[in-house]
Amino acid sequence: MTLDKQNGSVDGAGSATGSPIAFRLDPASGVPTYLQLVQQVEHALRLGYLAPGDQLPKVRDVVASLAINPNTVLKAYRDLEAKGLAGGRPGVGTFVEATLSQVALPELAELRRTLLGWLAEADKAGLDEDDVVALVTNTLRDFHEARRAPSEAEGVA
Amino acid sequence: MNVIEARELGRRYGATWALSGCTLDVPAGRLSALVGPNGAGKTTLLNLCVGLTRPTTGSVAVLDGLPAGSAAALEEIAYVAQDTPVYAHLSVADMLHLTRNLNRRFDQAYARGRLDELGIELGHRAGALSGGQRAQLALTLALARRPRMLVLDEPTAMLDPLARHDFMAAVVAAMADDGLSVVLSSHVLAEVERVADHLVLLAGGSVQLAGEVDDLLACHHLLSGPAAQAAEVAQRLDVVHLTRGTTQAHLLVRADLAREPIAAGWEARPVGLEELALAYLRESGASAGALPANQHLEVTR
Repeated sequence: MTLDKQNGSVDGAGSATGSPIAFRLDPASGVPTYLQLVQQVEHALRLGYLAPGDQLPKVRDVVASLAINPNTVLKAYRDLEAKGLAGGRPGVGTFVEATLSQVALPELAELRRTLLGWLAEADKAGLDEDDVVALVTNTLRDFHEARRAPSEAEGVA
Repeated sequence: MNVIEARELGRRYGATWALSGCTLDVPAGRLSALVGPNGAGKTTLLNLCVGLTRPTTGSVAVLDGLPAGSAAALEEIAYVAQDTPVYAHLSVADMLHLTRNLNRRFDQAYARGRLDELGIELGHRAGALSGGQRAQLALTLALARRPRMLVLDEPTAMLDPLARHDFMAAVVAAMADDGLSVVLSSHVLAEVERVADHLVLLAGGSVQLAGEVDDLLACHHLLSGPAAQAAEVAQRLDVVHLTRGTTQAHLLVRADLAREPIAAGWEARPVGLEELALAYLRESGASAGALPANQHLEVTR
């Protein structure tokens, strides 16, 4: 196995690494480490902290500051590459190549309006926040499963 | 390429088998964690790999076929024993001098640079360093030998959280720099979850589970559903661990859910490394309560 050395500086964990963002970890989240890194990049893209052309933190810097396995960081960056969000430049690093464009704003506003109406009804029915989250999570899963295997889902129903 | 290949490896001390029937491949370029309760055989396995102990049965090769303990193998392996020992009466400079003269390859500039970065002064007595600094000194001496494989026996057991973090950060940074392979034993599962991409679970002197962490996590699931159906569901699947109440049951199973869809009314959820390790260790009868008395002996030290 060969690792991209990326000429990382050997600065301490707290110093700026030249990348617009710095990763953090939530060990209690239960989300796999590589996925936490992927999600943080996607989040930063949505919020505008990262833009195309920006360099992602160097593998060596991430590893040295978070004390995680280099293969985990490489896996996260490969995942971002597979999604078309980032690209590796051999010997240099990994760079942002695309941004996460949101759904067109008017549609988003309309969806939000419907959702607020639905939430009001849920509230009237006596559901608290946790109830709502559980119901949404459950329904979302069913929705995805039904879409993945429509014939099977009908059979079960 | 594999950094460890053990075949039916066993080691007996007196009447007690510290390790038996161990067949295992650890691939290169990984940080492989050896996890298990005290007396599981972790130190014995590591000692066999680095050649400090000879096998009673079977064989072990390292770094793609080198016999463990051979001169060629010793040249490429650095080993930091439990509690990161140093010669307490020697100064840091003397420790450097000694290690350089005892080894054919030793990167003096790297060692000095690293100690400087860590603020460890050459004039200090090694025994007077803090636990964290002593561990860093031992690690520096090991890495300055420029090994292809680093073996660490419970390196962070005695360290405070910050020193532990800094120590592991130095280990993984060396991986990123040099493509070093690391094998370490630990019973701090949370730490293992963070750094390891390969896992070997040992209990009662034998391997309970071994593989790439991602693969292991992908093929295990926690199924939750009605307790009344638990037996029926369990019959069709490879159950590692079962927890049941009067109405609800949880099954930790090894299964490919894409090929074996779960029953209606049951929910599947991914498992974490800690949960998975605990389930296997419980089922192996390795929890303290279930151990036969002789297993408590620290035979592996």
